[in-house]
Amino acid sequence: MNAPENPSRFRIVGTRPVRPDGIDKVTGKAIYSPDFAAPGMIHGAILRSPHAHARIRGINTRKAEALPGVKAVITGRDFPTVESLEVSLGEGSGNILHTSRNCMALEKALYHGHAVAAVAATSEAIARAALALIEVDYEVLPHVITVAEAQAPGAPIIHDTVFTSGLDETPITPSNTSSRFVIADGDPDAALAASAVVVEASFSTQPVHQCYIEPHGCVASFNADGQAQIWASSQGAFMIRDLTASILGLRQADIRVTPLEIGGGFGGKTTVYLEPVAMLLSRKAGRPVRIMMTRDEVFRASGPAPGTEATVRIGAAADGTLTGAIIEFTSRGGAFPGADVHPSAMHALAHYRVPARRVTGWEVVTNTASTAAYRAPGAPQTVFPVECCMDELATRLGMDPIELRLKNAVRPGDKGLNHLPLGAVGFVECLEAAKAHPHYTAPLGPNQGRGIAGGSWANYGGPSTVELSVADDGSVLVVTGSPDIGGSRASMAMMAAETLGLPYEAVRVTIADTSSIGVSMATAGSRTTFATGRAVVDAAKEVIAALRDRAANIWGAAPSGVEWRDGAAHCLTGDNAGQSLSIAQIAGRAGQFSGQVSSVVSVTSPDYLPGFAVHICDTELDPETGHLRVVRYTAVQDVGRAIHPDYVEGQLQGGSAQGIGWALSEAYSFNSAGEVENAGFLDYRMPVCSDLPMIDTVMVEVPNPGHPYGVKGVGEVPIVPPLAAVAIAASHAAGVPLRHLPLSPDKVYAALQSRN
Amino acid sequence: MSKILVSATVNGDAQQFLCEPGDSLLDALRTQLQLTGAKEGCGSGDCGACTVILDGRMVCSCLVFAAEAEGRIVATIEGVADGSVLHPVQTKFLEHAALQCGFCTPGFIVAAKALLEHNPDPTESEVRYWLAGNLCRCTGYDKIVRAVMDAGAQLRQEQRPASERTTA
Amino acid sequence: MPASAYHSPSTIEEAVALLVADPAARPLSGGTDLIVQMRAGRFAGTSIVDLKHIHSLSGIRADAHGFVIGAATPCTALLDCAELVAAWPGVVEAANLIGSVQVRNRATMAGNLCNASPAADSVPALIAAGATCTVVGPGGTRQVPVESVPSGPGTTSLGQGEFVSEIHLPPRPKGGGDAYLRSIPRTEMDIAVVGAGVALVMDASGICTAARIAIGAVAPTALLVEAAGAALVGTAIDDAALDRMALAVRAACRPITDKRGTADYRTAMAGVLARRAVLLARTRSGENA
Repeated sequence: MNAPENPSRFRIVGTRPVRPDGIDKVTGKAIYSPDFAAPGMIHGAILRSPHAHARIRGINTRKAEALPGVKAVITGRDFPTVESLEVSLGEGSGNILHTSRNCMALEKALYHGHAVAAVAATSEAIARAALALIEVDYEVLPHVITVAEAQAPGAPIIHDTVFTSGLDETPITPSNTSSRFVIADGDPDAALAASAVVVEASFSTQPVHQCYIEPHGCVASFNADGQAQIWASSQGAFMIRDLTASILGLRQADIRVTPLEIGGGFGGKTTVYLEPVAMLLSRKAGRPVRIMMTRDEVFRASGPAPGTEATVRIGAAADGTLTGAIIEFTSRGGAFPGADVHPSAMHALAHYRVPARRVTGWEVVTNTASTAAYRAPGAPQTVFPVECCMDELATRLGMDPIELRLKNAVRPGDKGLNHLPLGAVGFVECLEAAKAHPHYTAPLGPNQGRGIAGGSWANYGGPSTVELSVADDGSVLVVTGSPDIGGSRASMAMMAAETLGLPYEAVRVTIADTSSIGVSMATAGSRTTFATGRAVVDAAKEVIAALRDRAANIWGAAPSGVEWRDGAAHCLTGDNAGQSLSIAQIAGRAGQFSGQVSSVVSVTSPDYLPGFAVHICDTELDPETGHLRVVRYTAVQDVGRAIHPDYVEGQLQGGSAQGIGWALSEAYSFNSAGEVENAGFLDYRMPVCSDLPMIDTVMVEVPNPGHPYGVKGVGEVPIVPPLAAVAIAASHAAGVPLRHLPLSPDKVYAALQSRN
Repeated sequence: MSKILVSATVNGDAQQFLCEPGDSLLDALRTQLQLTGAKEGCGSGDCGACTVILDGRMVCSCLVFAAEAEGRIVATIEGVADGSVLHPVQTKFLEHAALQCGFCTPGFIVAAKALLEHNPDPTESEVRYWLAGNLCRCTGYDKIVRAVMDAGAQLRQEQRPASERTTA
Repeated sequence: MPASAYHSPSTIEEAVALLVADPAARPLSGGTDLIVQMRAGRFAGTSIVDLKHIHSLSGIRADAHGFVIGAATPCTALLDCAELVAAWPGVVEAANLIGSVQVRNRATMAGNLCNASPAADSVPALIAAGATCTVVGPGGTRQVPVESVPSGPGTTSLGQGEFVSEIHLPPRPKGGGDAYLRSIPRTEMDIAVVGAGVALVMDASGICTAARIAIGAVAPTALLVEAAGAALVGTAIDDAALDRMALAVRAACRPITDKRGTADYRTAMAGVLARRAVLLARTRSGENA
């Protein structure tokens, strides 16, 4: 395999150059989805259900079609019939029928905000005016918002095609409980019965939105011959192409998707909401159509991550060695099945050696927006209760909470999620680094508490394609299919320049459309720097080999007698020994050979490794009001190797902040009609700048031997520990366990009152 | 409903545009003047991605009627750099990697520049409260706050007489 | 955001005439509530009467009778008036808790008052300070206490064609101090779950001679709780007096449970915040002795 190269010899990897797309982004020139316009473009808008659950008896669009300026109106009947089909989306899987129905309702509207019709018109104002002229005949049905409502006897059944999967016997009646998933190992009941200490407690997390600041948006242009172009902001242009082709029954090669700059995704832009709608409108209108969601639509109809209710029983021997664990949890999936139950179950205990375990996850569908991936999908919801129980276990045992975790941490060679031995994982190193960090032993002030929590994420590899070519002047072009969501152009250029022995600025990176480069999975699953980066390095190595061959040819030497070093070929043997040819000198003689040197590499990288993190959080409580404030925060993570440390730190900081928001302030509010009452940033309450302290980071580097520079995925792990780190710190500050997120002031105040 | 002709100074240039009575200044900047640097993240004044300077005060351009710009002076992200020379706030955002996706960045840069003109030597807490109207979901704000404070330090250095400047 | 017309009158009379002519017309000062509400579908097709071109409606005048704050004066402009900041720091702080800096550069106290949200931050502070406002309209001009303007969530006592043109604050009495505190889940960018405004006067011997306490977000409108102020008058604001004051505040609360907080929490916090605001106001009174 590719052993990591000696880091002391790196010229570029590990440095912090300015990102190549930086100037466009600090001057307002970068083109995001709302900034792109196609010639002759018109504007789409979507009519959304005002009811949480309603049968659509009929839709009359005649008045809307008659409004001057309206060019097309569509409903669910304009969508072709598609079979139920499971497809891979990058961070989980999806069902094409459900994805299609989520883009537009057909028989029933399943949540308040579910699309039921769409209009394209010469202006946004006319399109919105036309929506008001569409008459939908609804039969309002009773709705279910919470897990308890969905599972209550006699509850309205959302899908008569959903039968609980994963049971020993397939049921014959449809259910809102859509699936069960079980991981079992050993005899946990016996293990717990024999344990010196057992902690048991129940916890809950709320559904939370990804809250990318750029709303969903796209432009589609669909010609009569079946060929189409889509310009969109998403985590994967190929994902958009493939889903749109499947939903609309088109050939993938007929759809060219151009990725625009993406204004945040966090997993929430790994599916389609608008593209098939814009395509159908464009086909009817014969014009390119832009659709942009408003923030209200983003909150009502996209995302969120599922909320989960969990009960954990975990036991240990007197010396702190974990003996067994039984976890049962239920996730709120929203309108369609697909709520990350599998990864929730997989990651709950993935960072510990637990000899006997049974993790049972249930998924329930509800009349709320269909859930989507959100950073480490599923893991925060189950690691939160496990880590809180670990803290209580440490208290009961009189052990230091890091020592307890060190005693039970997974190590290389232990059985991993896929039942194969774990490779070079760095959880122990993270725990040691946290223990040694000054934060861990810093004195606490009055009303302050400290929490530490760990966690992991599996990461991913998947397919990536890269084309690397050398221009005649020796500068280098890298083309990838991986959208740059947070600085990956910089890391790709750095890895290419490092491999080629060139300056960082000599390599330029382009994110290509789906017709200009081979398939690349979405920027998701913490895979891009790892998998696409590996394709970049492999392509650079192929180009080096070709350049060496040409130099050898020029010198009349054997290729084995030519060494590539510092961006030049060096002749080691024969008459020309000691001579060198720079990349520009070789590239400039392309005419003597078969044109420019280039390489296209498609890789599927299975040798990714999971990431591990340990976070330390101090909170301060106002005991009279229940307000909690995070006053100090440190995120420690095994990052494999940081290609561009600034952007790795940024992932740790951003994920921590999202986790703090999940723990303290973020949640949906529904009224009795099942409407989202807080579909805006004012009352959804993601953290603002003044809510947070600086977020200190410690990058532990345990290189991945499966990547030429040792890369491990870093983006997702940082949201796994914070829910518990904050809740544990808050519980210590309050002197009462706080197990139900978010820890809003009124909830904390009520807990303090019940203690007194 | 007839359109309104608005004359305003935008980034130092005399500009005219047509708008509907209900159009926002953000709509006009983006669609009439093709100044798409200011972004609509919410349309309700909660995210700050549309921040511009109106007669010297920073505002959410989604919460200003386009017609209100008549005779007034508007400055947007496109006018922050002096030609091709970046403003120190822009330079420091790049040097500190204070952006990931970059969608909120124009609003932050306009707001941060306004802060440093109003308060050349802000504390961390002052930076955080001034920028509380600008949402960022990627960075956790850490590197943004550091970039703004460093830009302040550079601007203070530049404004001192040459003899007092340290040569770093 | 459909609107039928945008007007920018230069006199109060013109503005009144426009508002009388179109019953659906809305006066605009900062627009930070109006534009959000229009975008959410309220006031569809309304015409806009921008008050900012009426010269007398912008700016702050200070004289022996106190302060006159034009209805179109943005909240951040209050910070630029050193005399106002010295005299009524609680009012200025309350107005500068609304939204973000961007919002406060547009939002006005008159708009905050007339938007008639029970949670408006500046209103309890203004009520505590004894502020009045000038209402202009087709029937002429009248002076009213600020607390008489909101009549319920989103509704006011203003008649057809009427708008608030000025807010008046008295001169600060010797030994006077004021404060406003609110509870929000985050540190900024939230609507008050509870707010408490206090203005009081302490004499040279440390006895409270006057106190007005107003609370927000615990009833359909902000409330002046006279019994709470009375509990402090004649005392040195000792713990017993503070307890009586907080009891009176809690007794006056008639809150609802909604997405921003529970009724029980609001009631409890009204007492806590009023107590803290009284202590802050007392400290400030010492700086003004």
